[in-house]
Amino acid sequence: MTFEYAPALESRSIVEIKSKYGHFIDGKFVPGKKYFPTLNPATEEVLSQISLGTTSDVDKAVAAAQKAYTKTWSKMSGKERGKYLYRIARILQERAREFAVLETLDNGKPIRETRDIDIPLVAAHFFYHAGWADKLDYAGLGHSPQPYGVAGQIIPWNFPLLMLAWKVAPALATGNTVVLKPAETTSLTALLFAEVCQQAELPNGVVNIVTGDGSTGATIVNHPGIHKIAFTGSTEVGKKIARAIASTDKKATLELGGKGANIVFDDAPIDETVEGIVNGIFFNQGHVCCAGSRLILQESVADEVIEKLKVRMTKIRVGDPLDKNTDLGAINSKEQLLKIGELSAVGDAEGAERWSPACSLSEKGYWFAPTIFTGVTQAHRIAQEEIFGPVLSVLTFRTPQEAIEKANNTPFGLSAGIWSEKGSRIFWASQQLKAGVIWANTFNKFDPASPFGGYKESGWGREGGRHGLAAYLKTGKESGAK
Amino acid sequence: MATKKIARVEVKKTYKLFINGAFPRSESGRVFEVTSRKGEFIANPSLASRKDLRDAVTAARAAHSGWSKATAYNRGQILYRIAEMLEGRSEQFASEIALTSDVTPLKAAAIVSESIDRWVWYAGWSDKLQAISGGTNPVAGPYFNFSIAEPQGVIAIASSPSFLTFIDAIAAAVVSGNTTIVLVPGGLSVPAMSFAEVLATSDLPAGVINILTGSLDELAPWAASHMDIDGFDISGIEKKRRGALKEAGAENLKRIHAFDGKLSPTRIQAFMESKTVWHTVGV
Amino acid sequence: MSFYGLVDGSEKSLKTFLGQLSGVDQVGADARAAMLGTRSIKTTSKRWAIDMAISMVDLTTLEGADTPGKVRALCSKAVRPDPTDSTVPSVGAICVYNDMVAIARTQLDAIGGKNIPVAAVSTAFPSGRASMEVKIQDTQDAINAGAAEIDMVIDRGAFLAGNYGLVFDEIVKIREVCGDRAHLKVIFETGELVTYDNVRKASYLAMLAGADFIKTSTGKVAPAATPPVVLVMLEAVRDFYSMTQRRIGVKPAGGIRTTKDAMKQLVLVKETAGEEWLTPQLFRIGASALLNDLLMQRMKIADGYYASPNYVTID
Repeated sequence: MTFEYAPALESRSIVEIKSKYGHFIDGKFVPGKKYFPTLNPATEEVLSQISLGTTSDVDKAVAAAQKAYTKTWSKMSGKERGKYLYRIARILQERAREFAVLETLDNGKPIRETRDIDIPLVAAHFFYHAGWADKLDYAGLGHSPQPYGVAGQIIPWNFPLLMLAWKVAPALATGNTVVLKPAETTSLTALLFAEVCQQAELPNGVVNIVTGDGSTGATIVNHPGIHKIAFTGSTEVGKKIARAIASTDKKATLELGGKGANIVFDDAPIDETVEGIVNGIFFNQGHVCCAGSRLILQESVADEVIEKLKVRMTKIRVGDPLDKNTDLGAINSKEQLLKIGELSAVGDAEGAERWSPACSLSEKGYWFAPTIFTGVTQAHRIAQEEIFGPVLSVLTFRTPQEAIEKANNTPFGLSAGIWSEKGSRIFWASQQLKAGVIWANTFNKFDPASPFGGYKESGWGREGGRHGLAAYLKTGKESGAK
Repeated sequence: MATKKIARVEVKKTYKLFINGAFPRSESGRVFEVTSRKGEFIANPSLASRKDLRDAVTAARAAHSGWSKATAYNRGQILYRIAEMLEGRSEQFASEIALTSDVTPLKAAAIVSESIDRWVWYAGWSDKLQAISGGTNPVAGPYFNFSIAEPQGVIAIASSPSFLTFIDAIAAAVVSGNTTIVLVPGGLSVPAMSFAEVLATSDLPAGVINILTGSLDELAPWAASHMDIDGFDISGIEKKRRGALKEAGAENLKRIHAFDGKLSPTRIQAFMESKTVWHTVGV
Repeated sequence: MSFYGLVDGSEKSLKTFLGQLSGVDQVGADARAAMLGTRSIKTTSKRWAIDMAISMVDLTTLEGADTPGKVRALCSKAVRPDPTDSTVPSVGAICVYNDMVAIARTQLDAIGGKNIPVAAVSTAFPSGRASMEVKIQDTQDAINAGAAEIDMVIDRGAFLAGNYGLVFDEIVKIREVCGDRAHLKVIFETGELVTYDNVRKASYLAMLAGADFIKTSTGKVAPAATPPVVLVMLEAVRDFYSMTQRRIGVKPAGGIRTTKDAMKQLVLVKETAGEEWLTPQLFRIGASALLNDLLMQRMKIADGYYASPNYVTID
C-alpha cells in the first residue's frame, strides 16, 4: 500500500442554503420576479434559485442607497462608520468557516483556499478599512475629502466574497453607500454577507445587493442615481462601461484582465520559483486576473525549471473542492470551461507543445487538468489572450532586456513576477515593467494595505491601501472634468 | 438559634502590579491608600519601587522583539480586542472613575466611551502608519531609496491622573510596536489595575504593557535615568519638574516628550525612528 | 579521488560545487512547508501512516543519566511498542551513546529484536569538538560493540567558517571506518547552521562525502527538525538522486513529539522526495516521546475513543 490521502471532506452541514433568494434592499430581503439557478460547478447540483434583478429592483436599491446616504451615512462621523466596519469584520471572522464552505460550494474553488486565503482576507479588508474611516484627513487627499454618494459595484465570480470586500469596505469607510451586484454564477456568499450586515445592525440601505446577470449590471452602470462605478471583470465589459459613462459625471474604477509575465532569471531560487509558478497559474484554477499566465524563463535554466515544474505538477491534487487536501478545484462554469478548452486548442493548432500530468477528472462538473504549453512565442494567441484557467504558456529569453520587452509586449499591465536572488536586478526589472503589481520571489500575494490595479487595458485606478481610498473620495485632482 | 438576615458581604479585590503579564505585589511590600472624595477608603494599591520598575523594564525589553515583529494587522487586532474587552466592562470603569476622581457618574461614563473610541482610533493606525510616515525618496542615481518608520523600543510613561490621558499615552506608544512601563499615580490606580485585567484577557503578549502604581515623584527619576529605556512620555509630570527628568534622560539621549490631549498621529511618530535604505538598481 | 564524479574532494572543487547550487528563498520554503502542514490525514491513510511512522522511529535515549536498565527497557519498547497488541510494528532502530551499544545489542538479540539495528551517536556527539583521532576511535568502538548505524555530527564551526574541505574530510574518514559494517548518518545541527542555504550546502557536502542518511539535529539544540528544514533536505536527496541515481535517506530528529508532527513529516516526504522514500530504509524519525503518542492515536482509531497516557508504557 502507498500513502494515499483518504477523503478529508469539510462538512457542508455548517451552511444552510435556502431554496431561493431575493435581493437585499434597504436592509431587507425582497423577493425577485424571475429566478435563475446557481450551481455547484464541481457536481452541477443546483444549489438555489437566485433573483434576476430588473430595472425596478435596481431603482429601489439605488433609492434606498441614496436615502441612506443622505439621511444617515453621510451624517455619521467617520468614527462611528468605522465601528460598523469593525463589527462586520468580526462577524465575518466568527462565521468564517461557514463562508468558506459556502464559497467553495458555489464557486468550485478548494476549501483550503477559501478557508486560508479568501475569507481571512475578506475580514482583513473590513478591519483595515474600518481604521481608515476616521483618518481620511491623513490619507493625503486634502482636508476632509468627501464621498461621491451612491456607488454601483459589479464584481466577478473568481473571488466572490473577496471582491465584495474589496468594493464594499473602502466605499463604506469613505462614506459612500452601495448597490452591489455579485456575479451571476456566484451570488450566495454576497447574500450571506447581507445577513452579516443585519447582524452588525448596519443602517438600512447602506449596503444593497441586487443579484442578476450582465443586463442587471448594465442597468446599474446606466442608472442616473449612481455616482461612482467600481467594476472588476473582463476588459471587454470594462471598455463598454467606459463608453457608457463617457458623457456622464460618473467616476469609475476598473479592475480588468491581465496576462501576467512571470520572469525567471538564472539566479532564481529554483525550488521556491517552481512553487511560485504553480501558485501563479494554478491558484484558484487560474481564475485570477493577475495570474502569472506567461512564464518567461532565462534559457540557461529553462530545461531545469520545466523539468522540476512538471514533477511538481504531478503532485497537484485535482478533485472535490470540499476535500481539505484538494489543490485545484472545479472550473466555475460550463461557459468558462469551453473558453479554456477553445484557447487551449488554439495553442495546439499554433504548434505549442501541451503537457498535463495524469489526473482523473470527474465526469460530473466542470474540470480542466493543470496544463502547460512550451515552445510558445509572442506571436501565439495563448501568449496574448487571457485564458483565465489553469493553463500556462512558457516562453524563453536570453538577456534581461529581452525578458522585459516580452513581458511588456501586451495590451495588459496588471501584474508581473520576478525571480532572482540579486536585489539590484529585481529593482531594475520592477522599474522597467509596465504593470500595476510586481511580485519578487513570490506571486499572487494580496493584502488590504497593498494597492492593487493595472496599467493600460488592465484598468483604471487602484484598490486597497491608502491609494485605494482615492477611488471613493472627491479630491482636487478628480473634481475637474473627466 | 435564629439568625438575623444580613446583607451579603461583597468580595473585594486585592490590588497588585501588572508586570510581564502577571500580577505580582510590589517587592517592597508597600501600599498606599486611595480614598473617595469624601475620604472613604477604597483600595490599597501597591506602591511600586525602583526594583519593580527594573523588573518591568526587563519584561518590556524581552517583549519588544515579538511585539514589534508581529504584523501590523496582528497588533491592530489585539489592540481592537482590548477595546472590545473595555466596552464589556465600561460600567465598572465608569463607577471606578467616578469613585476615585472628581467627576459625576454621567461624566465618568462619557470618559469611558471616549477612551474606548480613542483606543480604537489608535488601533486603526497600526497598519496605516507606514502609509503616512514612510515612502520612497527620489535620490539622484541608480538607487532604490526608501524610508520606513520603526518603533523605538521600550517607552516609559508617567501618566497624568485622568483615565483618558492614561489610555491615550499607552495606545500611542504600543500601536507602533513599542513596549511600555506605565507609572500610574493616586486614584487612577484603581481603574488602571482594572485596565490591566482587560489586558490580561485580550491576547496581548506578556510584557508589552506593564503597569506600576505608586508615586511619580519616586519612580519618574529612576525611569528617566534607566539606560535601557528608550523613550519617556512625561505628560503626567508637572512642567517645573520636567527639566530635571530630561537632564537625567540625556545620559542615553532618551526621547522624552510631553503631549497635550490633541489627537494626532504625530504622537505615535514621536516614539518611532525613521530608517532609510539605499539599494542599488542594475541589471 | 572522485566522489560520484561530481567533486574531487578538494576545497576548491567543493566550493565550486556548493557555490553553483541554487539558493533557498526562506519565505518560499516556509510557505511550502506550511501549506503541506495543512494536509489532512484521515481514517485509512492515518492508520497506515501511524504504523509507517512507528516503523521509522529511531527510538532514542541520549542522556548523561542513561543506565543499562534504562537502555534495556527501551529495547523492550522497541521490539514490542505495545505489549498488548502484537500488530504494532517494531521501531526502526535504537539510538544510544557509544557505551550503551553492546548492552542494547545483547538485549535486543535476547528478546527477539535481532532485526532492529542499534545506532550509535558518534564523533564527540553532540558538539563534535574533539580531535579526528578521538572521533575515529569513538566510531570504531561503537561498531565493534555492534552498532550497525553511526550517527555522526559534523564540525559546525568548520562549516560556518567556510572550511568545507575539513567537514568533508571528516565525513569521508568516518565513512571509511564504517565501511560495509555500518550505515552512516550525518548530523548537521541545523539549529546552528541557521539558514536554509546552509542546510542545502551541508546536505550536498554530506551526500558527496558518502553519507547514507542526512540528519537534521542532535536533539540538544532548538530549533531542530522543523518542516522547512526537512523540506530543503528532501529536495536535496531528490535532486541528488536525479544526478547520481542513488537514494540517500533523511532523518529528522528533535522536536517531533506528536502524531500530527509525524504525519506532517510523512506528507513532506510523499510530496517532495516521493513515495520511494516512504520506507524505514530511507526515512527515519529520531524521537523518544513520539512513540507513545503514535500508540495513543493508534488506540483511538482502534477503540473509537481517546486514549490516556496511563495505558501506554513508559520506557
